[in-house]
Amino acid sequence: MTTRHFRVWRGDDQGGALTDYDVEVNEGEVVLDIVHRLQATQAPDLAVRWNCKAGKCGSCSAEINGKPGLLCMTRMNTFGPDETVTVTPVRTFPVMRDLVTDVSFNYEKAREIPAFAPPADLKPGEYRMQQVDVERSQEFRKCIECFLCQNTCHVIRDHEENKAAFAGPRFFIRAAELDMHPLDARDDRKEFAQEEQGLGFCNITKCCTEVCPEHIKITDNAIIPMKERVVDRKYDPLTWLGRKIFRRDQLESQK
Amino acid sequence: MTDKDITRLSYDVVVIGAGGAGLRAAIEARLAGKKTAIISKSLFGKAHTVMAEGGAAAAMGNANSNDNWMVHYKDTIRGGKFLNHYRMAELHAKEAPERIWELETYGALFDRTKDGKISQRNFGGHEYPRLAHVGDRTGLELIRTLQQKIVSLQQEDFAESGDYEARLAVFAETTITELMLTDGKVAGAFGYRREDGQFLLFEAPAVVLATGGVGKSFKVTSNSWEYTGDGHALAMRAGANLVNMEFLQFHPTGMVWPPSVKGILVTESVRGDGGVLRNSEGRRFMFDYIPEVFKAQYATTEEEGDRWYTDPDNNKRPPELLPRDEVARAINSEVKAGRGSPHGGVFLDVSTRMKPEVIIKRLPSMHHQFKELADVDITKEPMEVGPTCHYVMGGVEVDPDSTQSAVPGLFAAGEVAGGMHGSNRLGGNSLSDLLVFGKRAGEYAALYVDQTAERPAVAQSDVDAAMAKALTPLVEDAEGGENPYTVQHELQQVMNDLVGIIRRADELEEALVKIAEFKKRLASVRVGGGRKYNPGWHLAIDLHNMVVVSEAIAKAALERTESRGGHTRDDHGKMDPNWRKINLICSVQGDGVSLRRQPVPTMPIELLGLFDRSELAKYLTEDELAAFDESTKDGEKE
Repeated sequence: MTTRHFRVWRGDDQGGALTDYDVEVNEGEVVLDIVHRLQATQAPDLAVRWNCKAGKCGSCSAEINGKPGLLCMTRMNTFGPDETVTVTPVRTFPVMRDLVTDVSFNYEKAREIPAFAPPADLKPGEYRMQQVDVERSQEFRKCIECFLCQNTCHVIRDHEENKAAFAGPRFFIRAAELDMHPLDARDDRKEFAQEEQGLGFCNITKCCTEVCPEHIKITDNAIIPMKERVVDRKYDPLTWLGRKIFRRDQLESQK
Repeated sequence: MTDKDITRLSYDVVVIGAGGAGLRAAIEARLAGKKTAIISKSLFGKAHTVMAEGGAAAAMGNANSNDNWMVHYKDTIRGGKFLNHYRMAELHAKEAPERIWELETYGALFDRTKDGKISQRNFGGHEYPRLAHVGDRTGLELIRTLQQKIVSLQQEDFAESGDYEARLAVFAETTITELMLTDGKVAGAFGYRREDGQFLLFEAPAVVLATGGVGKSFKVTSNSWEYTGDGHALAMRAGANLVNMEFLQFHPTGMVWPPSVKGILVTESVRGDGGVLRNSEGRRFMFDYIPEVFKAQYATTEEEGDRWYTDPDNNKRPPELLPRDEVARAINSEVKAGRGSPHGGVFLDVSTRMKPEVIIKRLPSMHHQFKELADVDITKEPMEVGPTCHYVMGGVEVDPDSTQSAVPGLFAAGEVAGGMHGSNRLGGNSLSDLLVFGKRAGEYAALYVDQTAERPAVAQSDVDAAMAKALTPLVEDAEGGENPYTVQHELQQVMNDLVGIIRRADELEEALVKIAEFKKRLASVRVGGGRKYNPGWHLAIDLHNMVVVSEAIAKAALERTESRGGHTRDDHGKMDPNWRKINLICSVQGDGVSLRRQPVPTMPIELLGLFDRSELAKYLTEDELAAFDESTKDGEKE
């Protein structure tokens, strides 16, 4: 057991500040354990969102020493022995209180994507799909909705004005998932992503992919293929550049 | 208090809980045309169901065409040691396949068989591969699918009315603290919004409880902070009964190291797919723990057990796949005998039995979980595992077909409901349970609304009382009051030590004395900090539920002087056929829990006749067997 120095942002939509705490840390603990210890011993009203404590629910997103991550998956032994650990709420969404932010933006964007359209000619129990075909969409369905990709995406991080027209990486993979679903009856998923979700804003810097705790290849497997396939109908210079850099055209042609 | 302190809302059906059962119930109520509210203690889509890994059991027969609802029914009853409500188990086994197939029409993407059907995997206690699954993240797929179905229904309503929430609204981060009754019938529900502490009154003639379980009263648990027995306590306080609260499932394989993740689940799929349990001497000790009643179904040699993975029709399954209660007790015994792993568990190994790429493909989230949380690569070394409080079989006593409790207008589905799983739940039967009975709860709640001519009005005095009770612990200066976190930690320790996996009369009596003290201490719990998103305040409110549920568990555990499924008595080690006929019913009387015995509903002969007489002889009394013989003699047609 050692005592470590923590700085935690406390406050609400009216403002706030980093508060200093000295707190006990034991072997094998993660940052969320320390936040819980602060609640139990020093700050009973410290607001934090969490559920599963195993990286499966995506509730405890925050920024640890400025880096977006899940509090439950950030091990204390990843910091230097005397390093101060600073915990702040995710920056892209408005603060409710302390480490808890208002993520309703994401739920609003989710409602704007047309739902899965079941094939008209198949009854329940008659669906037949090959594993290799469902796997492409399954990768995106691993998403735990921690919204760290949304938080990191520079199109909306510090750019409130883009939020109305931009759904964000979480919902690009939703669009890609439906586009690649072997039995989805709609055929306008890509066009919808381009025209309604603001796919064109994305300039494939891959920040979303890097921050994804589920290691979903958001940029390579969802965004770029979506951009490529709309390019037939709509010229997008970044996609053109992406094709040159990533040689997706060659990969595609090998299939 | 003035009217502005409270937001009043009116719905037909209020569903408390946004896990699998709650979402499925809400979908059904909305499809029946009812204005429906979903109350979610966390954000929408974060429910504990996402933690379910292995799969959803349904006798679709995709992997083995010999499977059907009758085999599933028998496995379920056998797993529950014949204490299940026969009708719930029957409905469950019959309806599970439809409920799974339906999810595909909502967009779910299960893993597939070679011929393109839903793939099914082996699991403890299931005779055939039966669990529809998506790798080891099936619960997440279920929640996301139901969440997206709800969004699609909201989109339909938006297209029609311009309002997404016209008929189906989700109240995220909202907790119900009291049910409102009028003339003994449901009239609504009272609670608060975490975001700002605003109080909400939902006026509604029908309420569906889908609040999940009670594990947070135990120190080592796979359950999240939400699992404080809210629905169990709300139901009891409203006048409903809980059945068989003594039966708690300790999942055999929780993580034991590092301490911060102690209790977090290691899916049973690890064993279903070939993982084996070993003690510190390297022995596959489960072969030493096959109970008499299961001798006929399990392999007795390692060679036969190993052959089963590739040739299940001609070999018996390895004892690592015994029902969870058996495996948990065996691990407990090995550790007590000094043959445990360095951190007080046993070894669960896939690394010597499967290729790394197969492990990563079939158990991706376990690979990820151990790598990130424990620094252990399960493709190279064994995991250390031990029992963790996982699931409560006991719950609200309901009518099997309608899911209605003893209180008119109050329904319950999923883990909060009791009876379905008897004394022990089989893995995979939870996800199918919540779909089958979630759907039924929504359907019958809607029907109840149709049959209710006059909506009961909520009495203002009840609202005022609920508000006053919720505000009691919240003060300017908490100095001198009890810290809610301290009370919670002590309660968890008491339940773990005295009402845990192995129980004794003297320890249970001691637990009840301690619980009586906790009840007194609850009155002086105080928290500062205001009403806005204040976890200390929320815990202070939840503690009342945790304590009353703990009392029910301890009382029932003391009363049942036998060992069966998720209830093991050191001082009454045998299963007693006379106890099989008895359900223990808990209800609230004054400020305590009262307990009474009630006969278990009798399984009709057409269901009893599915079992061999030799198997029934292991569970039934002499009298029951004589009656069985008599009735089969009459019905020569069988």
